[in-house]
Amino acid sequence: MKVSIYRYNPETDREPSMKEYEVDTQGKDLMVLDILALVKEQDQSMAYRRSCREGVCGSDGMNMNGKNGLACITPLSQVAPGVLEGKKPLILRPLPGLPVIRDLVVDMGMFYNQYEKVQPYLQNNTPAPAIERLQSPEERAKIDGLYECILCACCSTSCPSFWWNPDKFLGPAALLQSYRFLADSRDNATEERLSKLDDPFSLFRCHGIMNCVSVCPKGLNPTRAIGHIRSMLLERGI
Amino acid sequence: MSIRTITFDAIVVGGGGAGMRASLQMAQSGFKTALISKVFPTRSHTVSAQGGITCAIASADPNDDWRWHMYDTVKGSDYIGDQDAIEYMCNVGPEAVFELDHMGLPFSRTEEGRIYQRPFGGQSKNFGEGGQAARTCAAADRTGHALLHTLYQQNLKNGTQFYNEWYASELVKDDEGNVCGVIAIDIESGETVFFKAKATVFATGGSGRIYASTTNALINTGDGVGMALRAGLPVQDIEMWQFHPTGIAGAGVLVTEGCRGEGGYLINKDGERFMERYAPNAKDLASRDVVARSMMMEILDGRGAGPDGDHVFLKLDHLGEEVLHSRLPGICELAITFAQTDPVKEPIPVVPTCHYMMGGIPTNVHGQAIKLSGGHEGEDQFVNGLFAVGEVACVSVHGANRLGGNSLLDLVVFGRAAGLFIEDQLRQGMTQYEPTDANIEEAMARLNRWESSTGGESVPALRKELQSVMQNHFGVFRKGDLMAEGVAKLADLRKRIANAHLEDKSKPFNTARIEALELDNLLEVAEATAIAAEGRTESRGAHSRYDYPDRDDENWLCHSIFDPKAKKLGKRDVNFKPKTVDTFQPKARTY
Repeated sequence: MKVSIYRYNPETDREPSMKEYEVDTQGKDLMVLDILALVKEQDQSMAYRRSCREGVCGSDGMNMNGKNGLACITPLSQVAPGVLEGKKPLILRPLPGLPVIRDLVVDMGMFYNQYEKVQPYLQNNTPAPAIERLQSPEERAKIDGLYECILCACCSTSCPSFWWNPDKFLGPAALLQSYRFLADSRDNATEERLSKLDDPFSLFRCHGIMNCVSVCPKGLNPTRAIGHIRSMLLERGI
Repeated sequence: MSIRTITFDAIVVGGGGAGMRASLQMAQSGFKTALISKVFPTRSHTVSAQGGITCAIASADPNDDWRWHMYDTVKGSDYIGDQDAIEYMCNVGPEAVFELDHMGLPFSRTEEGRIYQRPFGGQSKNFGEGGQAARTCAAADRTGHALLHTLYQQNLKNGTQFYNEWYASELVKDDEGNVCGVIAIDIESGETVFFKAKATVFATGGSGRIYASTTNALINTGDGVGMALRAGLPVQDIEMWQFHPTGIAGAGVLVTEGCRGEGGYLINKDGERFMERYAPNAKDLASRDVVARSMMMEILDGRGAGPDGDHVFLKLDHLGEEVLHSRLPGICELAITFAQTDPVKEPIPVVPTCHYMMGGIPTNVHGQAIKLSGGHEGEDQFVNGLFAVGEVACVSVHGANRLGGNSLLDLVVFGRAAGLFIEDQLRQGMTQYEPTDANIEEAMARLNRWESSTGGESVPALRKELQSVMQNHFGVFRKGDLMAEGVAKLADLRKRIANAHLEDKSKPFNTARIEALELDNLLEVAEATAIAAEGRTESRGAHSRYDYPDRDDENWLCHSIFDPKAKKLGKRDVNFKPKTVDTFQPKARTY
């Protein structure tokens, strides 16, 4: 099958280009990450990130035939119709909207900065008990669908609002994490967290486009989390 | 000297659970601490841990006792775990786990609001007399992910200085062998830097990638063990590799022991629950080495499933959709993705798969690296400036076989312990050893070798060959002649890898360069494993030999110590002197 990969090495290339490779899959429905390993055997200069190869570390977020996802848990048959059969090429590009360091490797700095801005850690100024802080199963259930985020950046880099204002709009991933702590019964920095989000950009640039929801490889729903934060801000304003 | 130097009080190499627990401790105390990680920390392999962290927090059973956990761990280790270290881990464990909750780790909960605990293999109440215990604290089946993210978040909060996507290539030592820091490469720019520190902490994780089939991440290439061995330092019990009973057949992806803890069980091609024959009491929750061997016997006896009869099944459907989706949601996803199987409806095809390195750099409970001394009697001597924690270290709490849920506990307890100890040492005034230019040159030699290579075999091909040698010659069952053949093949590979070729020498984000450096480390770990496995002439824990089928306490109730200079295997005493409880005497190990 044909694979077309975005190539750019700042040391040698003046501009990026797409490079074609021929890979023998023996008709198997391999994961896209397996295809990258086969390409790497042919051409060791092609760079990409990978680690767990099972969809939990978030290293190999990339754009596959126009859609963001994790290469390690995306089989060829799910990329686009015709790719597995070799009727259409597999087209791999770096995540959109972030500076490219080399080939499929993007500079995630802006993405991580926005994550850090939401103070993504539990805050509780009451003295800790000798055992765990008690939390009922119902309270704990409120952070399901939030804590599972793997910081792969598939969501934020598919979000037009984030493309437009990556420095001021926090983006779906950071906001999901913001709500993860707002929703945690053990955290008591609610007021401080909300006041930091109460400006025209940080949260309110979300226009409910929902690209984040459609690409999240973990099936999470940042738009819903953002909606919950909006409601909290609204209630607080009254 | 043309290389840039960056100076810290302490550097931690590796951003998994152990490294980040150590760096957190030191950052909290205000010492200048750097964490060097070849991947962004939340991409470290701790993220893949599923089932939980075993610890007697007395939630599932209000009468639970850390001494029972200690008994299980000693027995699980087949009696070559150090009892002082196991005592420390099991005793301090609850405090370390409650700290994780206070940091925000989203543990699953009981109706009482306490941390949810599930049964895991090898667990008992009342020193093996009180039946199955439920001692593994869980965040659904994503405990490692929850733990790793929580630790990263706390490090952010406490101002740890991160060097993410920096690759440590070599230890820097002075002429006396004292450790001065490491050479590291900024992967993004390709710059090489000397990180100088009073304390260098290795938290580089395991090396499962020496095998062709492993649950380990692609990054688990034994970088810490490789660096230690090249520096002439010994490794301990490196022949002890755990094969996890339930890797997804073909893909190698892990399926947590928690599945069996929640009531799942293994069946052969005839649908028989075969563990009832091998371990009549504990059945599917026997120790991992026992279950993995039983599965292989079923397969070798022709009761394996599939066209090639090469796997068995893990049956979960009887647990019901609700339990599977609430307790094991990640497993359901993985089974659908990698085995095209929905566990709600049908069993998952599984096979024992390389999972964990019990051996590693020998340390005491403070993480201080131990060097070779005269014989196996007498006081340990330490490598000044070097510490090791987590999977790269061999404290040893796992001995010849690790119990499920004990690796995450090992990480946090000993990451924390090393942090506390170094903090104290720094306060008292630790020596900064100074290398000469020649010392630094020596540490750069390997990198320079690759940089100046002009021809030779390719890295991916050599790596594949090495992995297949390990898979075929040093698997679940071992045999002297087959291992001798494997050792010879590795000697040949050593010569060829020394002449291998790095074609792409560009600077920015050159992953080919990193893979070449990793290959050197894989070779070091593979060779040490091979020689140690051939040398231990008995069967104990995960090390199982056809030609020496029995445990030999007379000759081998001890650690093996591999000396990389002589390429020979020595022995070191196991600690049988816990401080607050009576010694657990070795006895026949049955489940």
